[in-house]
Amino acid sequence: MSETSSIRRAYWRGFRGGLPFLLVIVPFGLMFGVAGTEAGLNLAEVMGFSILVIAGASQFTAVQLMTDNAPVIAVLATSLAVNLRMAMYSASLAPHLGAAPTGVRALIAYFMVDQSYTLAAQEYEKRPDQSLAEKIAYYAGACTPICPQWYFSTWLGAVLGRAIPPEFALDFAVPITFLAMLAPIMRTLAHIAAAFVSILVALLLAFLPAGTGLLIAAVLAMMTGAQVEIWMNGRRA
Amino acid sequence: MNYSSFEIWLIIVLLGIGTFFLRYSFLGMLGRRPLPDWALRYLRYTPVAVLPGLVAPLVLWPQATGGAFDAPRLIAACVTVLIGLVTRNTLAAIVGGLMALYLGLYLLG
Repeated sequence: MSETSSIRRAYWRGFRGGLPFLLVIVPFGLMFGVAGTEAGLNLAEVMGFSILVIAGASQFTAVQLMTDNAPVIAVLATSLAVNLRMAMYSASLAPHLGAAPTGVRALIAYFMVDQSYTLAAQEYEKRPDQSLAEKIAYYAGACTPICPQWYFSTWLGAVLGRAIPPEFALDFAVPITFLAMLAPIMRTLAHIAAAFVSILVALLLAFLPAGTGLLIAAVLAMMTGAQVEIWMNGRRA
Repeated sequence: MNYSSFEIWLIIVLLGIGTFFLRYSFLGMLGRRPLPDWALRYLRYTPVAVLPGLVAPLVLWPQATGGAFDAPRLIAACVTVLIGLVTRNTLAAIVGGLMALYLGLYLLG
C-alpha cells in the first residue's frame, strides 16, 4: 500500500466520521443565524461570529449577553469562559499533532470544535501508530463535513430569520438549544452539582449588571464540580 | 441591543482571537507537557458551569413576555431537558422542545 493511498484513506475515514454531525451542525447554525438576526446583528456581523469565532455555544452566549446590553468586557469574559474547554482539547491533541508545521497547527487550532476534537481523540486512541500525515488527514476529513456547513447554515438562518414571523417564538430558540446541548453532558454527579450551583447563583445574583452574576456563578460552579469530583474519587478509592 | 458597530466588531474580533489562542495554546506554544490534573478538573466543568446559569433566567423570565412567567416556555424547557437526559441526543431534544413550545403556545397561549 502506498503512503498516498493510506493518507487518502485516513481522510475519508475522518470524513465518514464527521458526516453524522451534519444533523447537529446545520440546525445549530440555522438557529445561530436566526438568533443573531433577532438580536439585531446585521448579516456581516452574524457571519463574522461564525467565521472568526467558529464556536457555537460561546457565540450564543455572546449574543444573549449583548441582547441584555452587558458591558463589552463581561460579554468577552463569559463567552471566553465557555471556550476554556478548548485548552483541554488542545492539550489532549498536542502529543499527536504537536510535530506538525506551525501553519498546519494553526489550521488545526482554528478548526478545533467539539465534534472534530471528539472524533480525532477517539481515532488517535484507536490507531496510535498512524503517521503524522495520516493523523492530519483524518482531522481534515473530520472537519470537512462540519466546519464549512457551520458558515453556510449560519448564513441561511440569518437570511431566513428576517422572514420568520414572531408567532414562531424564536426568542426561545436560544434557551432550547442550550438546554439540548447541556442534557447529554450531565454525565456525573459532579456535572449535576456544578449545573445546580450555576443556576442557583445566577438567579440569586440576577439583580447585578448583566453578565456579572453569571461570571460569579460560573466560577463557583466550576469549583463545585471539581470538589465533588474529588469527593467521589475519594469514596471510590 | 445598544452597541456601536465598532463595539460589536470589537467583541467579534477579540472573542475570535481569544478562542483561537485557547485552541492553539498547548498545540502551538506550550509544548507537549500535559496539563496538571487540577487544571483539567476545572476545565472539565466550564460548559456545565456557564450554560445553566445563562439559561435559567431566560426560562423563568422570558424576554418575549417582558420578563413575565410563561407556562408554555417553562414546559418546553422541561421537555427539552427530559428528552436530552433520556436520549442523550441534542437534536432530538431541540426538536422535542420546539414541538412542546408550539403545542403549549397553541393550547395555552
